[in-house]
Amino acid sequence: MIQLVKKSKLKLDSKTLRPRLNLKWKEVSKNKVLYAMIAPFFLIFFTFTVLPVCLSLLVSFTNFNMLEFPKWVGWRNYAQLFVRDDVFLIALKNTLIFAAITGPVSYIACFVLAWIINEFPPKIRAFATLVFYAPALSGSAFIVWTLLFSSDSYGYINAFLLKWHLILEPILWLKTPKYILPIIIIVQLWLSLGTSFLAFIAGLQGLDKTLFEAGAIDGIRNRWQELWFITLPSMRPMLMFGAVIQITASFGVAEVATALAGFPSVKYAGHTIVTHLMDYGSIRFEMGYASAIATVLFAMMLGSNLIVRRLLAKVGE
Amino acid sequence: MITIRLRKKRISRSWMGDVFLFLLLAAVGYFMAMPLVFVISNAFKPINEILKFPPDFLVKNPTFTNFTDLYHLLSGSWVPFTRYIYNTFFIAIVGTVGHVLIASLAAYPLAKRKFPGKGFLFTIVVLSLMFSATVTQITNYMTMSWLGFLDTHWAVIIPAIGSSLGLYLMKQFMEQIPDALLEAAQIDGCSEVRIFWSVVMPVVKPAWLTLVIFSFQGLWGAGGAAGSMYIYSEQLKTIDYALSQILAGGIARTGPSMAATLLLLTVPILIFVLSQSSVIQTMSTSGMKE
Repeated sequence: MIQLVKKSKLKLDSKTLRPRLNLKWKEVSKNKVLYAMIAPFFLIFFTFTVLPVCLSLLVSFTNFNMLEFPKWVGWRNYAQLFVRDDVFLIALKNTLIFAAITGPVSYIACFVLAWIINEFPPKIRAFATLVFYAPALSGSAFIVWTLLFSSDSYGYINAFLLKWHLILEPILWLKTPKYILPIIIIVQLWLSLGTSFLAFIAGLQGLDKTLFEAGAIDGIRNRWQELWFITLPSMRPMLMFGAVIQITASFGVAEVATALAGFPSVKYAGHTIVTHLMDYGSIRFEMGYASAIATVLFAMMLGSNLIVRRLLAKVGE
Repeated sequence: MITIRLRKKRISRSWMGDVFLFLLLAAVGYFMAMPLVFVISNAFKPINEILKFPPDFLVKNPTFTNFTDLYHLLSGSWVPFTRYIYNTFFIAIVGTVGHVLIASLAAYPLAKRKFPGKGFLFTIVVLSLMFSATVTQITNYMTMSWLGFLDTHWAVIIPAIGSSLGLYLMKQFMEQIPDALLEAAQIDGCSEVRIFWSVVMPVVKPAWLTLVIFSFQGLWGAGGAAGSMYIYSEQLKTIDYALSQILAGGIARTGPSMAATLLLLTVPILIFVLSQSSVIQTMSTSGMKE
């Protein structure tokens, strides 16, 4: 083993390349059972996730309408996106506002709620988990918000506001630009206690109890110190997982926006990067342009993930 | 003095903190539960209560009319409703079982073994988590048509089996398994597959039950978005699609559509309740700590 490490550190030249490759091959064939175990997953994963993403990156530099062979256009799609496409800039602004609010709020809510629930006795804990997780479980049930926010006086929010004489005539909630984004944010927050919330609960359950006892002896005085110095640092893998999921979800919002505000929404008030992408990808069939939008979205997600990774490294210091 | 401190499991906490946290929990709980209570309440409302002005939030005279209406509406359709139910269950169950098995199988070597290419593969998995599914829809469509998956349930099932979320989650959990446990099994002469199946999987039961919840729930609703993309035949569509057809009927169908929403909700919630009890109980006693 030691020999192997030493050899792999040698510089690449024609004399060492061959033995290196041989060694590598030996190592690979030694682990063939492991490769066989990961093969089914990675075969599917590469076909339906990696390959499409790579293709999409490639297509973003072309002009492609699905019928003719793609034509290479270099950075033109990107230039057009930022310079000439006003709707994209609206979508970008909406997505950023949206992500800046729902991302942190739902992430913190997921953790805080999981943390509070964790101290309850098992029966109450199970019930509370169900209440908070149910909206995320409910799939397309968020449609009920369209009834609550429906524009006529039968819409429940309107009806109650009318009854209490807070408004004089029904508000067109989902047709008035200034209300559309806040409503989408509310509904998305309602839906967002999902994957990371459950992962946090599972993570908290798995924490080592002796750590807390040791902490109490070492002079941790209240629950906030306990949270910062013990709970959060031990939860780092789960926190990272939650962050990745939450960032993807808050940048990728589209379904809720189109279901509530329609497509396209009034004055593009509910337009996000993903709805813009769907517009060019599945309606106008300008694949090159749609792929460029997707790439910009990916860059944004990657960037915010790196920032969050940095921030999470500081937790508990 | 010291002994008292040692014996005390929890450190002192202020009642102000308790009240604050409880109020926070209650407020969020109300916000979360309200729309669902609304769905349940509306599903049992007779038509005159649905169209009443000003509307009541809770049902006054509960009835089952909406459910019988729903039944009549659906039995009048060209494709029998049982067919939609079968499709939905088929996609959800086959996809979930496949995903949990294959993702766990791949997560074990990534979490516990060293082999060339491991770091690279895992980096790709993490990166892929950041890609919104919409991005891959177009290119996926081409792959599907090339593989002949279009207009079959496999178009929804296969990509779900290879989704990176489950692998990532399983790897995170499997990393916590003590190495000593695996070494003991190895000394006893177990093969890798045997270690995975008889040692690792029982220990990470809470993790894969969590995965069952995620996967089932995702596939249960998948008929709507992914399904409408790849599946065109009426007899292959899912309940989600049937529901959207009822919803398209407008205000007069509010009652039946609420009943349908409620029915659609029940199954994932049931799965969740059943698996959650084992997730939470096994979690603290799984003996994963060294």
